[in-house]
Amino acid sequence: MDVQTWTYIIVGISFALYIGIAIWSKAKSTSEFYVAGGSVSPLANGMATAADWMSAASFISMAGLIAFMGYDGTVYLMGWTGGYVLLALMLAPYLRKFGKFTVPDFIGERYYSRTARIVALLCAIFISFTYVAGQMRGVGVVFSRFLEVDINLGVLIGMTIVFTYAVLGGMKGITYTQVAQYCVLIFAYMTPAFFISLMLTGNPIPQLGFGSELKEGGYLLDKLDKVVTDLGFTAYTAQTKSTTDIFFITLALMVGTAGLPHVIIRFFTVPKVRDARISAGWALLFIAILYTTAPAVATFARYNIINTANEKAYAKMPSWFKKWEETKLIGWLDKNNDGLVQYRPGIPFEKLNGKAVQFKSTGEKVETGSYGQPLIANKATDNSNELYIDRDIMVLANPEIAGLPNWVIALVAAGGLAAALSTAAGLLLVISTSISHDLMKKTINPNITDKQELIYARIAAGCAIIIAGYFGINPPGFVAQVVAFAFGLAASSFFPAIVLGIFYKRMNKEGAIAGMIAGILFTAAYIIYFKFINPEANVQANWWFGISPEGIGGIGMLLNFAVSIVISKLTSPPPPEVQALVENIRVPNRD
Amino acid sequence: MESQNNLQNHRQAYWRANIRILTILLSIWFIVSFGCGILFVDQLNQIKLGGFKLGFWMAQQGSIYTFVVLIFVYVRLMNKLDQKFSFDEKND
Repeated sequence: MDVQTWTYIIVGISFALYIGIAIWSKAKSTSEFYVAGGSVSPLANGMATAADWMSAASFISMAGLIAFMGYDGTVYLMGWTGGYVLLALMLAPYLRKFGKFTVPDFIGERYYSRTARIVALLCAIFISFTYVAGQMRGVGVVFSRFLEVDINLGVLIGMTIVFTYAVLGGMKGITYTQVAQYCVLIFAYMTPAFFISLMLTGNPIPQLGFGSELKEGGYLLDKLDKVVTDLGFTAYTAQTKSTTDIFFITLALMVGTAGLPHVIIRFFTVPKVRDARISAGWALLFIAILYTTAPAVATFARYNIINTANEKAYAKMPSWFKKWEETKLIGWLDKNNDGLVQYRPGIPFEKLNGKAVQFKSTGEKVETGSYGQPLIANKATDNSNELYIDRDIMVLANPEIAGLPNWVIALVAAGGLAAALSTAAGLLLVISTSISHDLMKKTINPNITDKQELIYARIAAGCAIIIAGYFGINPPGFVAQVVAFAFGLAASSFFPAIVLGIFYKRMNKEGAIAGMIAGILFTAAYIIYFKFINPEANVQANWWFGISPEGIGGIGMLLNFAVSIVISKLTSPPPPEVQALVENIRVPNRD
Repeated sequence: MESQNNLQNHRQAYWRANIRILTILLSIWFIVSFGCGILFVDQLNQIKLGGFKLGFWMAQQGSIYTFVVLIFVYVRLMNKLDQKFSFDEKND
């Protein structure tokens, strides 16, 4: 059977499963809709958290990014896992004891302030929308490449599926669907990794494989270091960013992870404090399976792509190369007219109308060159690199590059969809609870009944899906830039406010609001300046202390801590009932 | 009043023990990730672990394994602490 038939079968089965679960787990109360009635087992919650956390970016893009960044890719590996230690030790158990529905709930009550609640609410909505637009785009890419449907139709199908189980089932439906999605995505990620590791090194465990010897002799990493340096790249295991920058990007991503509302909210779904602790452990264990495999996949992919493409005749390129070329995610410009593909450092050609690859065409027909290659319309750069490869295709193309059977390729497509849909659903829930619970119930009209609130929650979820779908079909050009925003804001707003709220009893509302505003304004101003107002200046020489916009959230967080503590020392202590609340969340049992 | 004060002291002792556990575990967290994986990566790279340079391995593998272990150790220590102070939720 061909790839497409396999993909329809495997994706079809997985979608039927998700919808089946949604119907079985329909939410009947706001508590079930928001936090699954607080009755999810820690193991299931850990698995659901892992699926919620691992987005299209983790599944599709991360290994590709690392393949091209080498050691520098560490910022994502440590940054997106280390935050769970902070979450497990400093946030999850206490927030579970607090026992409400949302992050703005905690901020609003701990700081006895409507303003604080609204600041938190706006941050939660902004972070979640930023994130969800990227997920919908991921769904579209997988659909268009593997099922050869229009990218917009792909987004619409994805929207319908998420709509069914998020709006019907709320957190309960989402949680159990995510458990299924985790199983699909991890199986899909590991299967090709096992095969490729076995083929290259003879060791099927990828985590060990990329430190093993190649079948043709020599350690894989040593060989790769040599191959890439011979071509003029930096050695794979060597560092290119400054140590300060790597330090702060990692810090911002870790703290940002711990402050993301869709991750925190998951720990409200388990019955007890001890369950919240252990379920963070399970979550990280399940995440670690993928995150320790990703650097191995990255190494294999970089090695394979150089061996397959570099100095080889274009006419003899395998079919995957040409298929990805059709989607303009690969492009080849024969600068020296030798018919061979030269892969070297640097950008092969400049962007044209914002697109990395554009073909020359007369009317509808793409012009082809003497080797049958579509001609590139972009202006050539004066380096000797002829090959453009989009980083996002590495994981999706990996099984094809390694020549694995068609069902494995189809499985990867289903896995990518599972990763994107599970994260999108979790984010949509945050948006919907923020609006129905924090805005409607707690801010505008406290008298609405549980039933009315549930209706608002469903309407809000529906609207959020439509807006997210719109962004998926008409992606704003700045999606990649705003991801730095999501983490920077989570790091510089929520994290210090929650940590101080638990660990510093003297912390009052003046301190918290001033701290959050200072952290957000500083971080946002730095990112907006370098990413939007003056992107040409976005080079190391202009950065403060050599910290890039991606890492500035780390400084924003420190600033927030400093401002919060100073201001709260200068103003009156919080009222006794709030101090009693803090005392109460610090111990696990009720009394 | 007497028992009120006792409860207060009891809670404070529990909280201090909790903070001690956090300080130790978070120090390990920092040393392994930021220390071994970033600040001292060059020095550690002089040592080889099979086909891996040690610093590179710590950054892309070892730190993640340590994170997982840290959380499970934390869970164990806290469950014990809860029991010692009879704060465990089974007694509810």
